[in-house]
Amino acid sequence: MTRAAAWAILILGAIYFILPLMGMIEFSLSMRRGEYSLDAYRIVLADPQFRRTFGYSVMMAIATIVVGMLLVVPTAYWVQLKLPRLRPLIEFMTLLPLVIPAIVVVFGYIRLYNTSSWLPLTGSLTGTNILLMCGYIMLGLPYMYRAVDTGLRAVDVATLTEAAQSLGAGWGTILWRLILPNVLVAVLSGAFVTFAIVMGEFTMAALLNRPAFGPYLQLMGANRAYEPFALATIAFAITWACIGAMQLFTRFSRQGRPT
Amino acid sequence: MSFLKLSHLEKSFGASHVVRNFNLEVERGEFISLLGPSGCGKTTVLRMVAGFEKPDVGSISIAGKDVTALGVRRRDIGMVFQAYALFPNLTVAQNVGFGLKVQGTARSEISARVQEMLALIGLPDKADRYPYQLSGGQQQRVALARALAPRPKVLLLDEPLSALDAKIRVSLRNEIREIQKALGITTIFVTHDQEEALSLSDRVVVMHKGVADQIGTPFEVYNAPATRFVAGFVGTLNTLEAEVIDAATGTVALGAQRLVLDRPLPPGPVTLGLRPEMLHMEGGPAYLTGRVMASDFLGSVVRVRVDVAGQILALDQFNSTRRAPPRVGEELRFGLNPSDVLVIAPAG
Repeated sequence: MTRAAAWAILILGAIYFILPLMGMIEFSLSMRRGEYSLDAYRIVLADPQFRRTFGYSVMMAIATIVVGMLLVVPTAYWVQLKLPRLRPLIEFMTLLPLVIPAIVVVFGYIRLYNTSSWLPLTGSLTGTNILLMCGYIMLGLPYMYRAVDTGLRAVDVATLTEAAQSLGAGWGTILWRLILPNVLVAVLSGAFVTFAIVMGEFTMAALLNRPAFGPYLQLMGANRAYEPFALATIAFAITWACIGAMQLFTRFSRQGRPT
Repeated sequence: MSFLKLSHLEKSFGASHVVRNFNLEVERGEFISLLGPSGCGKTTVLRMVAGFEKPDVGSISIAGKDVTALGVRRRDIGMVFQAYALFPNLTVAQNVGFGLKVQGTARSEISARVQEMLALIGLPDKADRYPYQLSGGQQQRVALARALAPRPKVLLLDEPLSALDAKIRVSLRNEIREIQKALGITTIFVTHDQEEALSLSDRVVVMHKGVADQIGTPFEVYNAPATRFVAGFVGTLNTLEAEVIDAATGTVALGAQRLVLDRPLPPGPVTLGLRPEMLHMEGGPAYLTGRVMASDFLGSVVRVRVDVAGQILALDQFNSTRRAPPRVGEELRFGLNPSDVLVIAPAG
């Protein structure tokens, strides 16, 4: 392939991705007739519902990341250390959320945890929030687990664990002081992806009737013209900021280390 | 009473019987090497002492206390690993002080002990460095300091020099021995390198197929190997198949040549062992003759390969400017002392 053809393909691909984005941004700036303005953004940002739903989703994302991390890091560590034979099974399980639609999962949740079930989580706001967080953890699992597992594979987990044990360290100390700091970049990568997923998630939040950012996006889209595009641009910016932060952390952690 | 006692240890992994009826008594402050080829069970024995593996049968006691059922954390051992295993997120000082911190030692005491340990290993100025900023030899010295800092009862060294280059390996092994002597700590050192084991140890345990073939001082193991395996594994050994023709005087026939060993031997075929350095060009009480097949100049030593009655013998002589190495094809008469000839027991 000639250099010109390669460039042509690259430019075509870039146009395919960038053009709709540019159209979206351009439209979000066109609220005022005949000139570009940030009116749509101003209206959206001033909307108390935006702040409430955005704040709710941010809090849910943080809770999802913390609880997800507490679940995934010890699991991935234990699988690598003691149950390497189970790795294919665990990997398969962590991939399931990619093939099972969120709507199936959320209906399953509602059926299992409704008010007449043995664990009536949907009977209270806190319970429903916990249920939604569990759903979010599941959605982020393929990314979180992979990121952490890859991070752990880069470290000689078994020897470090044995060295720590020979010095008298217990499991808590080993995980908190030795394993987690050494996979922090991987955990953060998983965390940013999870954050982006949670901020844009619609199905689970809508069906569990929680005031998240995703349902708010949908609501605005159904009733307004320019504001949904401003919101979509904001949501996109959050995703890109997360990816940028991942890159930054990865690069920062590599600085000064031998390659 | 011995300080560390391993009694009748047995360990299997699935169908593989890795350690068989292993017994060892180590005195306080003694330096013991477990020497053997890969898969002989030496690391498994070490890991059983550390508590990483539980013996199927047998018991382990340290300072008179049975620790067989105790977990790693409570055994009061220090361990150095082949792959250094320094904690990458901690500085040198934090690594060395880790064990003390886990024990809940006061900060000031940790700091003093860390300084003491870093001075001991000759790295007092590296306290704030991270492991990746150190060379392999420095990392392993830090690992040694880390293992010693909590004042363990027993120090376990799992092939700590294998990942290092030859020059550093020699200097670090001497350093390890000096530190061990200075602290008087009971030490078990696992290695497959006979030179390391012989040069460092008070006693060497030569392991083969999960069994301790011989336990003895380096001198004993080298000069009086108990089994054919020990004879072949420790040092370079020429083996010669011969026939005892006079049992009373220990006269053996090597083709047409005769060698009187001056000790009673059972009549019939016998395997003799001869170290290359025990054969002399200058002559000796007894002689053998052979044809030079090869003459390899190795610098300080010239290794000559001689065909004696259809069997090849290696013979080492120190390099000398006054004497040229023998030429290939030349007939060579070389001397030996009959008492240096090992009579090797048949393989069991």
